Parts: sequence; structure tokens; C-alpha cells
Amino acid sequence: MAIADMQENNKWGFVNSLILHTRPVLVPAKALRFTHTFGLGGMSLVLFLMLISTGLLMIFVYEPSPERAYESILFMQQEMLFGRLIRGVHYWSANLLIAVAVLHMLRVFLTGAFHAPRRANWIIGLGLLFLIMVSGFTGYLLAWDQISYWAITICTEMLGYMPGIGQTLQRVILGGAEIGPATVINFYALHTIVVPLLLVALMTWHFWRVRLAGGVVVPRDTEENAQAGTDYVPYIPNLLLREIAVGLMLIAFVLVIAIFFEAPLGEPANPGLSPNPAKAPWYFVGLQELLLHFHPLFAVFIIPLVVVIAVVRVAYLRYDADLSGNWFLTPKGRRMAAVAATTALLLTPLWILLDEYAVGPVGWFSSTAPVISNGLLPCTALAVGVVAFYMLIRKQFNASKNETVQALFVLLVVGFTVLTVTGVWFRGAGMALVWPWQT
Amino acid sequence: MVSWCGYGIGVAMADIDKRRRSFMSRIAALLGGLAIFEAGWISATFLGPRRSRVSLEEGLGFQVAGPVERFEPGSVTAFRDGHFYLVRLDDGGFLALHRKCTHLGCTVPWIADEQRFTCPCHASAFDIRGDVLSAPAARALELFAVRIDNGIVKVDTNKLLRRASFESHQVTRV
Repeated sequence: MAIADMQENNKWGFVNSLILHTRPVLVPAKALRFTHTFGLGGMSLVLFLMLISTGLLMIFVYEPSPERAYESILFMQQEMLFGRLIRGVHYWSANLLIAVAVLHMLRVFLTGAFHAPRRANWIIGLGLLFLIMVSGFTGYLLAWDQISYWAITICTEMLGYMPGIGQTLQRVILGGAEIGPATVINFYALHTIVVPLLLVALMTWHFWRVRLAGGVVVPRDTEENAQAGTDYVPYIPNLLLREIAVGLMLIAFVLVIAIFFEAPLGEPANPGLSPNPAKAPWYFVGLQELLLHFHPLFAVFIIPLVVVIAVVRVAYLRYDADLSGNWFLTPKGRRMAAVAATTALLLTPLWILLDEYAVGPVGWFSSTAPVISNGLLPCTALAVGVVAFYMLIRKQFNASKNETVQALFVLLVVGFTVLTVTGVWFRGAGMALVWPWQT
Repeated sequence: MVSWCGYGIGVAMADIDKRRRSFMSRIAALLGGLAIFEAGWISATFLGPRRSRVSLEEGLGFQVAGPVERFEPGSVTAFRDGHFYLVRLDDGGFLALHRKCTHLGCTVPWIADEQRFTCPCHASAFDIRGDVLSAPAARALELFAVRIDNGIVKVDTNKLLRRASFESHQVTRV
């Protein structure tokens, strides 16, 4: 059926253009399959809306000062109707949002949806991910219990290791030398006003660019799923119903989780007593784990900087072919990704264990400055390993650049995930390695 | 007629017109730049560290620790409000050590039995002078300045002194 015909016959067209003008009139039938996108972008939006609605209620109760913060949350949880539930929904939505946004980024990358015309949107998406992290981070302190106080202390101290601007940045964020009243106000203003406004602005741009690119990336025809051309179907009801279904299921899921597992609130913050172990919020624990293995200059500055540059650059490289549209690009790309994931799953724990129990370069070159023995040397080894992996796997599979870059990306993502899992579950008192059931 | 440049009238009018326009737009750009600078300056003042305001409110600043005799040589006294330990070394000199670990900012307790500060977060350890005994911390504990007026020990909690390691000139002697 011709597109014009379908627009004519679509009796919901006027509703479509009136209310849902942000959505397309017609969508490609092939892009509808749930496993093509897993609806992760839409889920992020739903979680954001849940965060806004619960957050809007909480700002009427919360008192942003070290003296009153903890008590005001206790009051909300104990005295106010559904106070516990509202905070629970906010807490779980926030944590889920970070996970879902990261998964969304992975989906976009692994279906090759970051090439032109979606290149700018890849960058906007990275900006959104950064803002979501800032949002989670600033919200983390507001509970003002022991865990939140020390997690933010550790993270802001990590900032201080950045050469040059680090300490100034740390003082500006904290509003002083230590966490205090100025810090709470700073974080409250950022968390409730600045970051949400920026998020809304960037989200609008993000969604508009999705429309501009003609919707999500459409699966390419391969020998396996050879189908003639691209069929378009009306947005209503095909995609709309799917979106509503995913949204409602997600809301139900968060509600159930929030009912059965309430948001944690530990002992009130005590600046004089650090808990043991003290860990960053889970999404920064991977960084904290890096800090255990590398000199701070490399762990909190050079390595993250290189990763950020690489992730931005990846959309602007010159590629061999347009392979976008399908998961892992090609069957070969899928096999390479599996090899990369396995490599990272084996080598990262090995590196952690060796660094913990073997002497390593710090021991061999103990006479040199730590910035060399514990920074430059292991980082050079790491870089050489990564480059060697890239060249080896490319040659072994006789692969295109697209597939090789993807394999490298998978290697780094799985490696960082292992670091995060180690930091969250396998680090006990004094950050020593322990089994999760021993903590 | 304006003809200060000495050109013929016809040429000069167009020329002057152009110059006036570019002069005006340069002024506008300058004023715009100034406005941005002012806005940035004001924002920076608002967002900058507010330690001085806080310390005024809380009466921090110079803290009176007590008379010299109250502190035994070789003792460590914690001042919770001032966030420091007042150390009296064996030779009678005073040091005020900031209680924050120089690795990632955890509060280090004084373990009297072992004669060392041990960080609960990543197991860094410092001796009584604040020097690093074991990594991951790389710098000695930071210092507040100590002053002794008429036998009364006072600690200036306004300014922290970063240092790599202990040096004898950091000690305040009676």
C-alpha cells in the first residue's frame, strides 16, 4: 500500500497530528519487533517521568540542610501518607534509569545506529547519560545517611586528583573544603532544578533528532531475513500500543519493587566516623576499582579522558561499509563480540587478582616514582594489550573496521562491568577482596 | 558636513557611514562581552566556595585548644568540632593534623595501641606526625597552623596546609 493511501485511510490521523505530533504517522514494520530495540529509550522516558512526579512531591517535604535533611526524610517516611512508597519509587526509578540508559546506549552502539544521520544524536545521548549520572550523584547525597555522605566524600575526593583544575572543581562543587551546608544546597539546586531542566532540553533535542533520522535504525535485509522492501504501518495502533504496554509494565514493575524493597536509609551521616568499607555509588564503583590498581592521575583522569574521547570519536571514524541495522552488525560481528566478551571476562579478573596478590610492576620498579611504576607502566601495558587485541582479532576474522571497532567496544564495556561487579560485591573491609557472602 | 578625514564629500559620506556602523557594532560586541563577563563573574561568586560565610556562622576560625600543660608530650587529642587532632610530639612541639585521609577523604581514627592513624576505607596508615606509613595515601595528613599565645594553644582552622611529608619547621614549639 502506498504511503499516501495509508495516511488517507488512517482515521486516527487527526488525533495523531494533534496530540501525538511528536510521533511519526507511519513506522517501518520491521522496526516494531521488541527485540530490535527492547524499548529502552522509551523506558528511559517513562522512568524520567516517574522521577519527576515523585520528585515534585518530595521537594515539598525535604529540607536541604545537614541538620534537617535526614529528619525530614524520616518524617516523610513515617508520618506522610505513602511517603515510603513515593521515596521508594524515586529511588528505584533513579537506579533503573542509569541501568536502562546505559543499556540503551549499548543497544544503539551494537545495532550500529550511531552513524550519520544519527551521529549528532549519539553525542547528545552521551550528554544525556552524563546528566543522568550527575542527577543520580547529586541525589545520592541528599538522603544524608552514612552511606550517602561517605560515597560523596570519596567521589569528590577523586575529582581532586585531576591535574590543575581538580582541587578548584572539588571546592566549587562542595562549596568549601568539606561536605557541609553549602554542599547540600549545591546538590539540592543541581538535583531539583539545573539538571532536570538541562535534561528536558537535551531530551527534546534527542527525540527531535530521532524523528529527523526517520525513526530508529531499520533492520537491514540479509540472506536470513530476506523480505521485499520496507513495509510501513500506521503508528496508531501498531507502535502506540506497544509503547503503552512497555510503559505500563515498567510502571507496574517499579511499583512492585518499591513496595517489597524500600529505599535504604541507614544511620544519619556522621562526619567523624567513616564506615568500613566506604564505597562510591554503584555506577562509580568501577572508577573506584580502577583507583585501587592505577595511580590516581591515570585512574580518575587519563583513562576516563581517553575513554570519553574514544566514545565520541567512534561516531566520526571512517568505516568500511554501512553495516548498521542488525544486532552485532553481522554474524561474524556477533562471533567477534563473543570472543571479545570472553577475553574481557577472563583477563579482567586475572588482572585484578595479579595486582592484589602478585608483586607486579610496583614491586619490580619500587625505586621509581609511583606515577610511573603504578601509572605509566601498567597503563602502557594495558594500551599495548588493547591495540594487540584489535589487530589480532581483525586479522583472525578477516573483519571489517566496523566489526573490529565493535569488538573493541565490547571488550572495554565487559571489562568495566567486571570492575564494577568486583567493586560492588567482591570488596569488603579495607577494600580487600572477599566473597560476596562473607561481607 | 563632517569631513575630518579630508576626503571628497561623496566618497567620505559612504566611508564614514561604514565606519560608524562598524564602530557601533564593535561597541555593541564590547558591551555584550562585558555583560557576559559580569554574568559569569556573578555566577562564579555565587557558586564559589562559601567557606568564609560558613565559618563565620559556626564560629569556626581560630579555635582555642587549651593551656599548653594540658597536653602531655607524646599525646594525641581529638577536637571533633575543629576536625583536627592536636598532637604534642615527644619533644614538646605541637602539630594540628586534619583528620581527613589524603587518599579519598575518609576520617582517620587514632589507634593509640599501635601509635598510628589508620584509615578504615583503604587501610592507609599515618604516624603521629602525620607521615605516611602505608599506601595508598601518598601525602602526609594536612595541617592547620598552631599558635601559642601566653601559654594557650590556638589552632587556625581557616586554612589547610598541604604537604608531602613531615618537616621539622611545621612544628610549633613553646
